[in-house]
Amino acid sequence: MASASDCISQSGPGLKERNYFGLSDCSSVDSSAVSSAHLESKNNMNMKATELRLGLPGSQSPERDSDFSLLNSVKLDEKPLFPLVPSKDRICTLSQKTIATGNKRGFDDTVVGFSESKTTNFSEGNWMFNATGSDPGQAKLAGTVISIRPSGTQLAIKSEVPAKTLQESTNKIIGTNTANAPAAKAQVVGWPPIRSFRKNSLVTTSKNIDEVDGKPGPGALFVKVSMDGAPYLRKVDLRMYSAYKELSSALEKMFSCFTIGQCGPQGAPTRKMLSESKLRDLLHGSEYVLTYEDKDGDWMLVGDVPWEMFIASCKRLKIMKGSDAIGLAPRSVDKCKNQN
Amino acid sequence: MAYSFPEEVLEHVFSFLSSDRDRNAVSLVCKSWYDIERWCRRRIFVGNCYAVSPEIVIRRFPELRAVEMKGKPHFADFNLVPEGWGAYAYPWIAAMAEAYPFLEEIKLKRMVVTDESLELISKSYKNFKVLVLTSCEGFTTDGLASIAANCRHLRELDLRESEVEDLSGHWLSHFPDSCTSLVSLNMSCLGSEVSFSALERLVARSPNLRTLRLNRAVPLERLANLIRRAPQLVELGTGAYSAEIRSDTFSNLADAFSACKQLKTLSGFWDVVPSYLPAMYSVCSGITSLNLSYAAIPSSDLVKLINQCQNLQRLWVLDYIEDSGLDALAASCKGLQELRVFPSDPFGAEPNVPLTEQGLVSVSEGCPKLESVLYFCRQMSNAALIAIAKNRPNFIRFRLCIIDPQAPDYLTLEPLDTGFGAIVENCKELRRLSMTGLLTDRVFKYIGSHAKKLEMLSVAFAGDSDLGLHHVLSGCDSLRKLEIRDCPFGDKALLANAAKLETMRSLWMSSCFVSFGACKLLAQKMPRLNVEVIDERGPPESRPEGCSVERVYVYRTVDSRQRLDRPDFVWTLDEDSSLRYS
Repeated sequence: MASASDCISQSGPGLKERNYFGLSDCSSVDSSAVSSAHLESKNNMNMKATELRLGLPGSQSPERDSDFSLLNSVKLDEKPLFPLVPSKDRICTLSQKTIATGNKRGFDDTVVGFSESKTTNFSEGNWMFNATGSDPGQAKLAGTVISIRPSGTQLAIKSEVPAKTLQESTNKIIGTNTANAPAAKAQVVGWPPIRSFRKNSLVTTSKNIDEVDGKPGPGALFVKVSMDGAPYLRKVDLRMYSAYKELSSALEKMFSCFTIGQCGPQGAPTRKMLSESKLRDLLHGSEYVLTYEDKDGDWMLVGDVPWEMFIASCKRLKIMKGSDAIGLAPRSVDKCKNQN
Repeated sequence: MAYSFPEEVLEHVFSFLSSDRDRNAVSLVCKSWYDIERWCRRRIFVGNCYAVSPEIVIRRFPELRAVEMKGKPHFADFNLVPEGWGAYAYPWIAAMAEAYPFLEEIKLKRMVVTDESLELISKSYKNFKVLVLTSCEGFTTDGLASIAANCRHLRELDLRESEVEDLSGHWLSHFPDSCTSLVSLNMSCLGSEVSFSALERLVARSPNLRTLRLNRAVPLERLANLIRRAPQLVELGTGAYSAEIRSDTFSNLADAFSACKQLKTLSGFWDVVPSYLPAMYSVCSGITSLNLSYAAIPSSDLVKLINQCQNLQRLWVLDYIEDSGLDALAASCKGLQELRVFPSDPFGAEPNVPLTEQGLVSVSEGCPKLESVLYFCRQMSNAALIAIAKNRPNFIRFRLCIIDPQAPDYLTLEPLDTGFGAIVENCKELRRLSMTGLLTDRVFKYIGSHAKKLEMLSVAFAGDSDLGLHHVLSGCDSLRKLEIRDCPFGDKALLANAAKLETMRSLWMSSCFVSFGACKLLAQKMPRLNVEVIDERGPPESRPEGCSVERVYVYRTVDSRQRLDRPDFVWTLDEDSSLRYS
């Protein structure tokens, strides 16, 4: 990717980000000795680290690795008491770790798919490009907030992520962004803090005030996902996704530890990755299929109807063994025809 | 002492103590008081079901009649706790079924309750009277049918906001004709239609019915008949409040309402047709609590209704009320104590109604008794917060949610530190605070210095560094519950204040900068804390040491064993100080 080395400095014109690591003068300057030492050391150490880079996740790996090895060397059981004059090392490494995002953890950093931001690396909405950009590196700063996800650092660690996945997912992001108008911000898990039952009833309530044309409103759409053989079920917000591929990859991650053995004591990263990709293969090789229960109570195969129609009628999801799902496909096609 | 009071006398004296704190204090006086007290304690409240085990409770209190318990942490309400985390009621129900055959009351909040549990309850306790399930899940209407059918002396069945798998409305018909003891029925969270005739008969044969909260599926046309059969109602939750505009429906309803001289609380109001609101006007002067938070009613109609309710103490409403409606509220309802304003369009990018910080300022000015606020809005300023704080130093609960969580003061673009600082400085009795907006470490310094009575603090997307967390943990003397998401708080503050955590019920931190190493260390150093790392990415040790955990939940416990019902995404330290998986 061409732009991996683009560096956009913190003081760039379009980026009015508020920086809380003492690099701007409006942050909290206390009179206490702790804070000023705090600030100073951060000021001295981190100018370079605050530069935003627009490379693809993973392109910054060498530096990030060194951050973490620094942290490794700080033994946590040495003087856990909050020091009056914090050692520069510790402040430094803490800041550097967070400066990986170029900023304090911004709201946009957390915009993700259903699970917490540090896990799913590729979800729509994290990359708030102008829709015209075909290359993420070329996204303009003006008027949009660029978040360098913590996943940037994460991928550096998980260096075993196959390049193929990166490519696929990046394409997915680009494709997604051109498809969606950037009007509504993609949603952060659990924000605003409104209970599900309230959210769900809002959807239908607002229909009374202004007419919504039969489509589900903008609220979240949580449905339960169960899997044959799994001891407990999960919930996903269907509104976090705009395509089947996103949903299925999110589910892969969620349920991978149920398939091949456990994320057990031997669970080295490679093993976990194995299970994810194995599950993907399984899903694609139709050992497991993804099905859903629709408004009429019928079980259908996921993927047969357009996405919008799917989320309008999906009540819950189930990952079934392929053998149990025989006979679902033809029916859904028929239903589709009947509905038309 | 040879000449102490006989046990019976002490028991009698203790029976006047209802507060848990008093009873706990009594039990610390001496061994014999401890023994007497524990035999005569009838009610307990367990704030965290994992803080203690059923066996320990049963051993200490052999004669309980009422148990109240909470399970999942508060942030579970916003889907921050993965499904399958825990808080299962069954082990408690099963243990208590054996130990407390005379148990009468079970109240659970945020717990997983199965049909099996409900059936066990219905069959184990001969004198069972009260079942309250708040924000619970895991059961179906079949479980409700068991309760209805088998609990002969049932007084309260309250399913507040629980997630029930609604198989059918048939469960209601399981109440036998001989059941006449109902005092409270809250089925508002259910979807299916129940048999209206069964419902009417049930209401008719329950002379003690005080609380009836219907679900949305009960149409307005049916409401009059129901109310007519229960003119003694104190709390009513309507079903859908819409019907074709017909004068006979209206007059029927108005007549029915006018017979309810004791009505104090109204709720429900799904799908409101505003023309039917005046049917309630006859009761409005007696209404103290009004929940319109599902009602899409234009501001003008809301104002007309509110102007009728001069004695209103509690109002829950959607932001359709607008600033102008809140002005009217401030003028009419001088006795208002609690206000909650919910967003009608929380995910919209732009404001859809003219509701701003001004509404809250007006209410704080006009309502001298206002002490509890939950307010969703889209802009806030330090000036407004300072005004609010000066107007209302008597706040006990102040929860502000600005839809854009890092929104600065919209007038000055500064952080909202000084505004919230004013709140904690002026409101000396503040017990609960939720903050949003652009906030730096400075606000936490204010909180640590001033919020000495603060018991619960919720923080999101705020702060700059560990100092923020440190201020709170070291300064807030009364802190019991702290929940944090997406803040740059990490290991140092946590470890430096480890001892504080044992004085609290729980600490929740998600999407912060807490490392797994710190969690291990904390667990090692504080054996009476459970440190749960809730991370769905696999074993935390498979990631570099500095990598942050997704979520950590720390709570004190007297049960020294790790809980056995942990799912495999919860990582804890077991007793040998080595990492145990699943």
